[in-house]
Amino acid sequence: MTFISNLINGISLGSVYAIIALGYTMVYGIAKMLNFAHGDVIMVGAYMAFCAMSYLSLPPIAAILLAMAVCTVLGIVIEALAYKPLRKASSLAVLITAIGVSYLLQNIALLIWGSAPKSFNSVVGFDSISLFDGRLIITSETVVTVIACIVIMLGLTLFTKKTKIGKGMRAVSEDKDAAELMGINVNVTISVTFAIGSALAAIAGVLLCSAYPTLMPTTGSMPGIKAFTAAVFGGIGSIPGAMLGGILLGLIEIFSKAYISTALSDAIVFAVLIVVLLVRPTGILGKKIAEKV
Amino acid sequence: MSKDKMVPVPSNAIVPERDINKIPILETHHLGIDFGGLKAVDEFSITVGRTEISGLIGPNGAGKTTVFNLLTNVYQPTRGTILLDGKSTAKKSTAQINKMGIARTFQNIRLFSNMSVIDNVRVGLHNSTNQSLAASLTRLFGYKTSERKSLEEAMELLSFFHMDDMANRQAGSLPYGAQRRLEIARALATRPGIILLDEPAAGMNPSETAELMENIRRIRDNFNIAVMLIEHDMNLVMNICEGICVLDHGKVIAKGSPDEIRSNPKVIEAYLGKKKGGVEGGEE
Repeated sequence: MTFISNLINGISLGSVYAIIALGYTMVYGIAKMLNFAHGDVIMVGAYMAFCAMSYLSLPPIAAILLAMAVCTVLGIVIEALAYKPLRKASSLAVLITAIGVSYLLQNIALLIWGSAPKSFNSVVGFDSISLFDGRLIITSETVVTVIACIVIMLGLTLFTKKTKIGKGMRAVSEDKDAAELMGINVNVTISVTFAIGSALAAIAGVLLCSAYPTLMPTTGSMPGIKAFTAAVFGGIGSIPGAMLGGILLGLIEIFSKAYISTALSDAIVFAVLIVVLLVRPTGILGKKIAEKV
Repeated sequence: MSKDKMVPVPSNAIVPERDINKIPILETHHLGIDFGGLKAVDEFSITVGRTEISGLIGPNGAGKTTVFNLLTNVYQPTRGTILLDGKSTAKKSTAQINKMGIARTFQNIRLFSNMSVIDNVRVGLHNSTNQSLAASLTRLFGYKTSERKSLEEAMELLSFFHMDDMANRQAGSLPYGAQRRLEIARALATRPGIILLDEPAAGMNPSETAELMENIRRIRDNFNIAVMLIEHDMNLVMNICEGICVLDHGKVIAKGSPDEIRSNPKVIEAYLGKKKGGVEGGEE
């Protein structure tokens, strides 16, 4: 029974990683950049929901929507101010800028909310599900997180396959110049990508803090790094890859915490990443790149 | 439409007789670009009639693809103006220029190879499907009709190139010739007034080239648009082009009908080198 309980916890944590990883992987696929500030957008989203619920006494749904709206705008603004001017610069310059934005967000949060952790009230209203005479308890957060993850995954897949903007996104991710010559506005496409990724980050932030209710300015950084790992693990640029990588990473983390060592669980997670990249450098579902010679 | 007599128009250019009283689809005046100190293209002035099939030829490295990149603003011109349908394309982005009416293909095929054949065309139709993000998220009914419309149009375009049976295959998995046709179909999907084809016959065998020539004529007649092509296959160029422009070292060395170009000593010299004392052959 503990095994099943761990499995469920792993899938739940993995779902959060997966939602965050989608943001990394979409931005990478389309703008070919690693947005290391993505993790901190999660933190901003969580703070927004926290403020909306604690200070404005808004219902959870309204708080989530507000957090998503703020993060969407934040994502678009970050892209426009920090990354867009560097569109033609080397990827290293963009990477360093992203790290800079990450610290900027953390320090702004520190100024506004202070370093003391805030206690986040779960957004989920209903009770936990108790099975087998209480031997297996599935928390309501778990249920909501997993459902949210599945819905987001399906929605995003449909969006990229069926809508005009989604097709444009796939076209830009394959060949930016050719897409432009097809009349696709690449700048708008990149902005939309950041907007979607950041809105997802807000959801992830709320879900994460509902399950692990400590909120401080650095809350987003570790899940951010792990979700990035998950994206690379699954094959960066691939939406199903981000999903798979996220879930696997969550499982590995929870199982190593349960059966090996709590202290070493992060080390094990990253060790697995290194091994996977040695065997499959493009990740589990990553595209094989055949260079023409 | 058969070949038409070429007649002079103002500004020292020629267009097919049937296009004479209409605004040329494309006009360039003293177009040029420098890469560092090198004048890659200089004083490039042409006029293309609304339904003209024109050719841009010249030895390798003459600057032909650079001209295409200038016309689509992939490179910003250093000097000169481009008039598309009488309107200047200065300060327009590549995407905007495409919407104004230029579509192109590439020397090396650049399809969205992980997408299906039909989706490649539908990305081309992108411009014309009136579907905003809000519409696709909220007005599901409108979305459905516009999606069906784009699907129908895409299928029509594919059947024009006899590719309707390949619609759901992955673009990258098609045979070479079909990929070339798909690239043209994708470009046509943006509803251009002029389509630029960069070496459309490259890597084709004679029967495929013959089919391509037929297709180029059909494109012009069916869509009533201008075609401008870069090509090394002289047989193709002389056969279908009405006006030809010869480029060498970034400069126009000759303009005229196929017959005029064939007998132009400057052109012969550019391709084969000087007759007297010149043993150096052209790159062709």
